[in-house]
Amino acid sequence: MNAALLAADLPYWAQALLRVLGGVVAVLLPAGTIVYVFLFKMMSFMQSRLGPMEAGPYGSMQLFAEVGKWLQKEDITPERADRFIFKIAPLVVLVSTFLLVAVVPFGPDAWFTNFEAGVFYMLAVSSVSVLGILIAGWASANKYSLLGGLRAAGQLIAYELPMVLAVIGVIIQAGTMNLQDIVLAQNAGSMFGWDGLGNPYILTQFVGFIIFMIAVQAELTQTPFDMPIAESELVSGYMTEYSGFRFLTFFIAEFATAGVFSLIASVLFLGGWGIPFAWFGWDTMDSVDNWMNVVGPLIMVTKMMLLSFIIMWVRFSYPRFREDQLQRFAWKVLVPVSLVNIMITAILKVAF
Amino acid sequence: MLAADLLVAQNIGFGIIALLMVVGALRVVTVNNVVHAALWLVVVLSGAAAQYLLLSAEFVAITQVLVYVGAVMVLFLFGTMLTRARIGAENDLNNKNWKIAIPVSLLMLGVMSWVIVDGFRDEKLIENPGEMSQVPIQLISDDIFGPYLLPFWALSFVLLVAVIGAIVLARKD
Repeated sequence: MNAALLAADLPYWAQALLRVLGGVVAVLLPAGTIVYVFLFKMMSFMQSRLGPMEAGPYGSMQLFAEVGKWLQKEDITPERADRFIFKIAPLVVLVSTFLLVAVVPFGPDAWFTNFEAGVFYMLAVSSVSVLGILIAGWASANKYSLLGGLRAAGQLIAYELPMVLAVIGVIIQAGTMNLQDIVLAQNAGSMFGWDGLGNPYILTQFVGFIIFMIAVQAELTQTPFDMPIAESELVSGYMTEYSGFRFLTFFIAEFATAGVFSLIASVLFLGGWGIPFAWFGWDTMDSVDNWMNVVGPLIMVTKMMLLSFIIMWVRFSYPRFREDQLQRFAWKVLVPVSLVNIMITAILKVAF
Repeated sequence: MLAADLLVAQNIGFGIIALLMVVGALRVVTVNNVVHAALWLVVVLSGAAAQYLLLSAEFVAITQVLVYVGAVMVLFLFGTMLTRARIGAENDLNNKNWKIAIPVSLLMLGVMSWVIVDGFRDEKLIENPGEMSQVPIQLISDDIFGPYLLPFWALSFVLLVAVIGAIVLARKD
């Protein structure tokens, strides 16, 4: 059963409802998994402690306890704050995450939308969250929050650029901006005539992959780049004044975005939902067997866990950059390297 | 005829978004807080992106979001927050020449409407584009880097000059 059949059977509202439900699952499930497996357990093991153990077996119900705790807490708005903007800011950040997941393909027919300009859309939508962070910092009426918001904006603008430039290498190599076609190009491709592994771009675009992951780390404000939320000097920056479910929204958005960016990185560089098509004798999108619609999402989740493991590993291992080091690194190292990467990729594309 | 046209979902969507954009545009100039004005401008610009989507010009729509919402407005807010953004109402935001702006903007509205109506005449979008609803990005890039290569280069040089000028102005040494 493919999407065309499914689309013919269901009325528009049912499809829309299914897509919304799928989107909620695709945002919340990675967020919960990352928080429990990495933030609770892995961080604890790296710090020689057990982490949550009481709620459920190995503390696996701890997430529900935490969510329950946040939902119970009072939703406080500072007296001098700009009330309306203060209240919608976390939602702007979360909406950006939901819009991001809309272009991620999970299988040959398992996608929310199949945008022609998927990569471009992804880059555009991910920059909307900056707006939410900036107004959250401003509306809190707190100088630490404002500083955190400004730092976040400066950092996110600086690292947006290497991210875009790193992705251009992939676009040049795949010859398309459609994420589904990028998956196809990687799995149906071949390296120097050998198609046993397809052509995952992590091998041919390794520099691009490294730059992309560094930029993702900075976009997520995870630790080497956590200047905007530095708790020791800014008391969590733009999140200082938030409590209750609005803080929970920021928290979910942070880790859901980590999951979604891992998904996108796995689509761009690790072959996405696909396995090398040569193994099963497929060569086009239509010849892919339908069971890939079930196995594909599982492969995606595996790759997402791998990449978010790396993100969290780096987060727990390194001390934070100073503000000037952070900006210098983006503008003087990442941008030139990614420009050279684009140039080399373009030359090789034309040459071969 | 008119009633049948109005029932099309696109028309209803256009109406709602256009209303939002008009309200947003008016609020940009009437609201008495700089950051609020900037945020209303975000509403107007995202509305424009939504209208492009309704016209099935998704590439332009995404560019609108990337450039205006993601970059220009963020820089704008960044700048105002660094310098003068207070919370609450400010009374000295109105320029005393604001009345002159009304005839100018009405004139602009007239000229733009005339140009658009005159330019398109009876041409209409394909009613049910089906497969054509997504313009391949390759077509756009073939156009930009084919017949329009020279204007593209000229624009790039203008931008390069602006960047160099910004660096020269920003450097103190």
